[in-house]
Amino acid sequence: MRSFVSNQMRNIAPFLTLIILLVFFSVASRSFASFDNAANILTQISVTGVIAVGLTFVILCAEIDLSVAAIANATGIVVAYFTLQENYVNIPNVPLPGALAIVLALAACAFLGFVNAFGITVIGIPSFIMTLAMMQIGAGISALLVRGQIAYAVPSFVATMGAGSVGGIPWIVVVLGVFLLAGHLVLTYTRFGRYVYMVGGNREAAEYSGVNVKLVLGAVIVVSGVCSGVAGMLGVAHFGSAQQNEFDGYLLDAIAAVVVGGTSLFGGRGGIGNTIIGLLILGVLNNGLDHVEIDSFLKILIRGLILLAALIINVYVQSVRESERTGSP
Amino acid sequence: MHGISKSFGGVAALSDVDFVLRRGEIHGLVGENGAGKSTLMKIIAGLHAQYHGRMMIDGREVHFRSAREALAAGIGMVHQELSIVPDLTVAENVYLGKQPTCAGMVDWRTMFAGAREHLASLGIDVDPRARMGSLAIGLQQLIELARVLFSGARIIILDEPTSALSPPEVHRLFEVLRAVRAGGRSIVFISHFLDDVLAIADTVTIFRNGRRIVTEDAAKIDKGWVIERMIGSGHEDLEESYTGAIALDSKPRAPVILAVRGLSAGRAFADISLDVRAGEVLGVYGFMGCGQIELARALFGKLKSTAGTLTSDGKALRLRNTADARRAGVAFVPESRRSMLFYQEPVYKNMSISVLGRIARLWLKPATERDIARRHIESLSIRPPTAEALLQSLSGGNQQKVALAKWLTWPPRMLVLSEPTRGMDVGAKEDVVKIVRGLRDRGLGIVVMSTEPETVLSLADRIVVMKKGRIVREFAGETVSKDRLLEVA
Repeated sequence: MRSFVSNQMRNIAPFLTLIILLVFFSVASRSFASFDNAANILTQISVTGVIAVGLTFVILCAEIDLSVAAIANATGIVVAYFTLQENYVNIPNVPLPGALAIVLALAACAFLGFVNAFGITVIGIPSFIMTLAMMQIGAGISALLVRGQIAYAVPSFVATMGAGSVGGIPWIVVVLGVFLLAGHLVLTYTRFGRYVYMVGGNREAAEYSGVNVKLVLGAVIVVSGVCSGVAGMLGVAHFGSAQQNEFDGYLLDAIAAVVVGGTSLFGGRGGIGNTIIGLLILGVLNNGLDHVEIDSFLKILIRGLILLAALIINVYVQSVRESERTGSP
Repeated sequence: MHGISKSFGGVAALSDVDFVLRRGEIHGLVGENGAGKSTLMKIIAGLHAQYHGRMMIDGREVHFRSAREALAAGIGMVHQELSIVPDLTVAENVYLGKQPTCAGMVDWRTMFAGAREHLASLGIDVDPRARMGSLAIGLQQLIELARVLFSGARIIILDEPTSALSPPEVHRLFEVLRAVRAGGRSIVFISHFLDDVLAIADTVTIFRNGRRIVTEDAAKIDKGWVIERMIGSGHEDLEESYTGAIALDSKPRAPVILAVRGLSAGRAFADISLDVRAGEVLGVYGFMGCGQIELARALFGKLKSTAGTLTSDGKALRLRNTADARRAGVAFVPESRRSMLFYQEPVYKNMSISVLGRIARLWLKPATERDIARRHIESLSIRPPTAEALLQSLSGGNQQKVALAKWLTWPPRMLVLSEPTRGMDVGAKEDVVKIVRGLRDRGLGIVVMSTEPETVLSLADRIVVMKKGRIVREFAGETVSKDRLLEVA
């Protein structure tokens, strides 16, 4: 029984955190527990969520991608750049048919992800450093394309996905659901997903089993880039504008969602289920703090403390497992 | 030292050993792996604090609890794996941990001058400003030795100092050691290279099975005499012994699966040429550090070779990574279980990982995976007999079977085993021998790399001996014995 609890600690702790937060805010605020607010929360976590799906793959491999927000921003701007803007928008853009603009934007984020993958696997730059550089490159591309201006128009399909709704459910939430489901299916039921877990669990052993570790690592980085790009397009449509530094807060939110949910920073443990819980914790926390009377500056500190607590649990659970492993013959 | 005994978990590593080291003496220490020589030296160097018996230095009884205490008493050790800092300069390495300071700042001028002088006094001519990592391995070792001397050691223990050195480097090391001896300090020289030991030592002590067999003046003995006493009559211990001659059942006409020509990889090994034949076990024997571990990795695409070719079926084989090797039909079991198993995953995932591509293209087929696992669990009698058990809950021997089972679902054409029986009890060793022979009889080409002559002799149909990164001898279709192997290695 004890070993079951310690094995499941990674899943139990985030789940309990979520329940406690839900109960707390429901009691503390009269406006929190409502159907509309639940829909609000889901909408609020959608952009972060799509980024977090890709990031889950990366962190399961014990790597990190710091360029997710920058790639999201750049992709969102690229799709706007290839869309006809209103006359008052003073950007030398290149209007193209909507479908083509979307394809080009997807190609752009896939390409940036591919550059990351090349640097990490072929050249051998640690992912932390490589994606840090890509963070700057993404910001640079964004800056060059909009030149300090703001673009508003995006292809109508993107606009619908980001800001429209169907039968009362925002499309952006549906898209998030599709990405989470697809991510879960790939990780759990495909050969590639198994390789992701095995490479994260013991990279050396995967290599000695004849797994092409570099290919797997490269692939997860590209997946992360593409997820970020899609999130960027949705975000631009959702916010109704494309500009520089629009996604700056999303890097930390996405990493926090994955890690708070219980996916191991050391790789091999966790998954989309954990990421969903992590996203809900962050969403409930952000939304709930707006519903209670609290100093808005204190909010930032509280978020930091919750993240720290989750990290402590994450590392602690790992060390318990390690000591169990070395303790047994 | 008097009546030293030491045991690890009930297994006696040393029993009632007496050992005398004189001032100004180079004392050679020889014996097979596990004979107890390293254990004794670790006691002297303070790395094992728990032991029975008494140890005296200059007539005073001592009992070290840590390496620090031993060092304070003038005992220093140079391990086979050097503990230098490659990114620092030579001078910084010599002065490591006690740089001369001037008003709280490192006094570089004094340090460089002091290091130069100290090294010159040992006959080592090297720029103290050079980066340590840029020097040849032989020089790095001399500088580590210089550091141990500089720290005031009067007794210096050298563990396998010549295993990575070329003949001129060995020569230079001996010059330095003679200078150290002339200074009245004592040296313990542990080595598998009997020629080296006999060339430099004044006295030689032979260990076997945790006992000191004999101590003799080096001038009076030769290599054959030493080997005879290292191996013993062979009937003293329970373990299967291969002191007698083994007739190698080589198959010179069997088809060649993999032809290796002139393979080299940096410092690890050079100009290796050998053929792996179907239905034959090729044993590669050599001492620790002779390059066979690296050679095994190169055959599996884990280590990039710098020169030479691999040919299979008349076609050149380029191994860019381990996936290439797997596709070419090469399998590898490394010497450490830890580096090939997934401890947090169930048994069936551990077994299926290397054949996943054959079972499933895109979507996994867990039912098939479990079926395959159950088949291996039954045929290898793995305990507990469930495919779902987490690997970490299995015992070491069962984990080893899982490691082997990975490659048995669709047998590869060629299997490379590194130290397949290290640390196993007799029963488990026999299981391994049985499995390997079974695979050979099914037509696999098998390569067994080991530093234990027994392992190679019990498995191989043909043996090559490696020494310092090169093949020095091949035994095929003849009789060979352990002392022959030891003699050429």
